Amino acid sequence: MSQATESDVREDGVIESVSGPVVTAVDLDARMNDVVYVGHEGLMGEVIEIEGNVTTIQVYEETSDVAPGEPVESTGQPLSVDLGPGMLDTIYDGVQRPLDVLETKMDSAFLDRGVDAPGIDLERTWEFEPEVEEGDEVSAGDILGSVPETESIDHKVMVPPDSDGGEVVSVESGNFAVDETVVELDTGEEIAMRQEWPVRKKRPAAEKFTPTTPLVSGQRILDGLFPIAKGGTAAIPGPFGSGKTVTQQSLAKFADADIVVYIGCGERGNEMTEVIDDFPELPDPQTGNPLMARTCLIANTSNMPVAARESCIYTGITIAEYYRDMGYDVALMADSTSRWAEAMREISSRLEEMPGEEGYPAYLSARLSEFYERAGYYRNTNGTEGSVTAIGAVSPPGGDFSEPVTQNTLRIVKAFWALDADLAERRHFPAINWNDSYSLYRDQLDHWFEDNVAEDWSELRQWGIDTLDEEDELQEIVQLVGKDALPEDQQLTLEVARYLREAWLQQNGLHDVDRYSPPEKTYRILEGIKTFHDEAFDALDAGVPVDEIQSIDAAPQLARIGTTPDDEADEFVSEIESKMAEQLRELY
Amino acid sequence: MKEYKTITEVSGPLVFAEVDEPVGYDEIVEIETPSGETKRGQVLETSDGLVSIQVFEGTSGIDRNASVRFIGETLKMPVTEDLLGRVLDGSGRPLDDGPDIVPEERREIVGAAINPYSREYPEEFIQTGVSGIDGMNTLVRGQKLPIFSSSGLPHNDLALQIARQATVPEEEEGDGDGGSEFAVIFGAMGITQEEANEFMDDFERTGALERSVVFMNLADDPAVERTVTPRLALTTAEYLAFDKGYHVLVILTDMTNYCEALREIGAAREEVPGRRGYPGYMYTDLAQIYERAGRIKDQEGSITQIPILTMPSNDITHPIPDLTGYITEGQIIVDPDLNSQGVKPPINVLPSLSRLMDDGIGEGLTRGDHADVSDQLYAAYAEGDSLRDLVNIVGREALSERDNKFLDFADRFENEFVEQGFGTDRNIEETLTIGWDLLSMLPKDALNRIDEEFIEEYYVEDEQAIEAPADD
Ligand SMILES: Nc1ncnc2c1ncn2[C@@H]1O[C@H](COP(=O)(O)OP(=O)(O)OP(=O)(O)O)[C@@H](O)[C@H]1O
Ligand SMILES: [Mg+2]
Repeated sequence: MSQATESDVREDGVIESVSGPVVTAVDLDARMNDVVYVGHEGLMGEVIEIEGNVTTIQVYEETSDVAPGEPVESTGQPLSVDLGPGMLDTIYDGVQRPLDVLETKMDSAFLDRGVDAPGIDLERTWEFEPEVEEGDEVSAGDILGSVPETESIDHKVMVPPDSDGGEVVSVESGNFAVDETVVELDTGEEIAMRQEWPVRKKRPAAEKFTPTTPLVSGQRILDGLFPIAKGGTAAIPGPFGSGKTVTQQSLAKFADADIVVYIGCGERGNEMTEVIDDFPELPDPQTGNPLMARTCLIANTSNMPVAARESCIYTGITIAEYYRDMGYDVALMADSTSRWAEAMREISSRLEEMPGEEGYPAYLSARLSEFYERAGYYRNTNGTEGSVTAIGAVSPPGGDFSEPVTQNTLRIVKAFWALDADLAERRHFPAINWNDSYSLYRDQLDHWFEDNVAEDWSELRQWGIDTLDEEDELQEIVQLVGKDALPEDQQLTLEVARYLREAWLQQNGLHDVDRYSPPEKTYRILEGIKTFHDEAFDALDAGVPVDEIQSIDAAPQLARIGTTPDDEADEFVSEIESKMAEQLRELY
Repeated sequence: MKEYKTITEVSGPLVFAEVDEPVGYDEIVEIETPSGETKRGQVLETSDGLVSIQVFEGTSGIDRNASVRFIGETLKMPVTEDLLGRVLDGSGRPLDDGPDIVPEERREIVGAAINPYSREYPEEFIQTGVSGIDGMNTLVRGQKLPIFSSSGLPHNDLALQIARQATVPEEEEGDGDGGSEFAVIFGAMGITQEEANEFMDDFERTGALERSVVFMNLADDPAVERTVTPRLALTTAEYLAFDKGYHVLVILTDMTNYCEALREIGAAREEVPGRRGYPGYMYTDLAQIYERAGRIKDQEGSITQIPILTMPSNDITHPIPDLTGYITEGQIIVDPDLNSQGVKPPINVLPSLSRLMDDGIGEGLTRGDHADVSDQLYAAYAEGDSLRDLVNIVGREALSERDNKFLDFADRFENEFVEQGFGTDRNIEETLTIGWDLLSMLPKDALNRIDEEFIEEYYVEDEQAIEAPADD
């Protein structure tokens, strides 16, 4: 979080009441959304309501023992993040305090109160390589140069969005700390690497486009059936234990984004630890560098203060927008947006606001759409193109999708990946229900897959969808009379559909190979199953009984393609295909 | 310390009093009734001139003449290693006739959150000796794994069996003097005297009491006190684990009673209720309990939590199990049908889950084939179980030979693998051996989740010849 300078400090106020994370103060000279320091310990908070002489504050730290009469000090600045090199390979809390720095400062594994820390290291120096010269005319957002932030990412240093721009009168190259001036303009403006930006305000861009490139996820059911675009929005709703976190983590690991912002919003501590442990070890499938080199983590776990949970989403999306401004494709995961909504509800109820549906504040829907609207494929003010893809988990109470957070999210997002308790209980993972899910990006992304993977990508997919639909209808009959009562061709369709489910849709997120499936492999597995379909129906037409068709031992091998290394998969499928053909043709 | 006689309102568990000095949020309050009884409470809301207080021991006997004292600090738990072996009430006062407790330190009971950066990922296998857990839903040190049960089911027997048998195998061999035994913290909330006796008798009989600290809030103790009992228990657990290096197993029962107390307080405060009348902040509140489990980098000890809850109407979508499941790292489901079949412990593995299992098992931890065996047992049992409905309609004869094998498998899985009795302690080898015996009923090519090399090594060739016990 960015820290106010002394000169900003305005008139102090006095605490009037304390109720959990909500504190009211009188005589405080502060504006809406200003950051304030509360009580003798200087707990960080934000102004959320002003009524007459009474200012209401949500406090980002525990308020035990805080009493009326204690002072409140305003910084005169809205809640902002520090933006600059050093955010990648870092883990923050909900108000951008680096958790490793907090550990050192507090000298404890437990989070203490009243300790602040800047969002980026102010001492560390970076090697700045200018991309402008003296005499160049620059305006807001323009790229001035870059620093190698991590082995994967060149961090672009930009003119702050609120600058008036001007002519470059001096530019330095070499090693600098983030607050040292690297470029000076004729207006007298001195530009350093570090910027600040208020988290609740969207960063400006020139234009928003309809996205046409997929965010290739490496998940077969997503790339194959419900793809998401770079700059798109998606929701993953599902009951507990259905696979929201595993799916989000898989995307964070394998999606072909340049930058990943992963927000653990009101979820488990151990899940964040898992990411911290795994990501430095795992290679980014695009660059081969450690995943951490493209990742920024934000962890405000369920037991951390609820007000900071409310803000962690904004902290995350602001950081994502900043990297987008550099021309990068950013993927943001928020696990879980329901916990964010609940944080709003908790604060709102302490404010005794008029509750809307199920106690959520009436502005729930507006806040959700504001958040997802910040995603998109943009032309930036500096002419580069970049995107923010936003993927939010939703945790509906009792797994019931009719509740307000799921419903309000559904209205905004364009891809909906519905997790299903039944599938999860059958350990069909990812437990994404292929009947309930959808992606409105499918058609606009087909070109990309046809140009880059296979010409008949959409045709083959349609065949898969039709087969699954047919299975669905047939299953209803099977429930009543048993499978053996069906005609042979329908029994065979069920067999083909079973391979679609088990060999194609299922993907073990915890298996070293299977967890990532490049689109070529996704396509090839589907093609292998189609081959089985074609050969099997030929055999059936030639009079071979379905029992015999089902008993060939080559077809079950289809289920082992997923776990076959990517560079051997193609050959393995060909092998299965020819064996299946051979074994089936032998039958007639 | 200022004393007030300014109570303006008493409402359910809440008392409102006027004050002329600032009082801190969460501060502890002592209220003395006219009859001389002292009750403790906590500040829920404080403003200039007025505070609302939640009274732990119930408000009966309090009137306008009662005097209110603000202690000037928040609720603290006196901690010391000497607590081991002691039995305390739900507010932390000794119930046994042991010596006075001389605290080494007094700790804030609202524990600070563990910095996620400072956590160590839990991955040490705990052998509970229960096949339904070890084999299928493995528990690891530092995990929070609740038992979801219903009234009238033997969840307490299961919890006691775990408490008695839990060990970490490799370490056992290392020092042999029980260095891997757990210190047990038992937090009871609103359980009956009878249930309490069940636990105490077992602790005494097995000598477990020596390495336990017991907190007892019984069914007839004040409900509001239940909101502090688990926090006292966990503060003690944190002290033993992270200051004294113990591996601590915390059993909290019954979380349903805890949640009812939260609801009662919420209603008294006239809060806008959330789902089914429970407070909107119940998720956060429960998280502040359950997240106090785990491991910390460079620290010896650990906290493993087994909270128990009874699902109202055996409904897993009820807010109590629902919010719990959203926070904990899996759940063990105790099932009424298996119980009436006489399966002990009646664990239904299908809806059960241990999310931390994956990293805690395998070569060098349990055994190389563990993950595959568990997957395959699960899949085969699920398949057999799903055929049961169909059998009821079309009869066994209408099913293929293969389907009949799966049906038999499902029966034997319940009667031989899950069933073991509350007194049997099976090591992981025994559990896996039973698993292979059962899997060997099925043809090899049905074992599609197991690596061929393991099938080679463990598949029992002649098992298929052995007839499954006829079921009628
Ligand atoms: N793709 C997958 N491959 C293999 N296993 C999976 C997959 N997805 C989920 N699982 C299994 O399901 C368990 C629960 O998944 P996950 O933690 O993602 O659930 P969740 O929906 O995030 O639950 P909660 O809402 O409680 O956080 C995992 O621990 C894992 O065992
Ligand atoms: Mg999750």
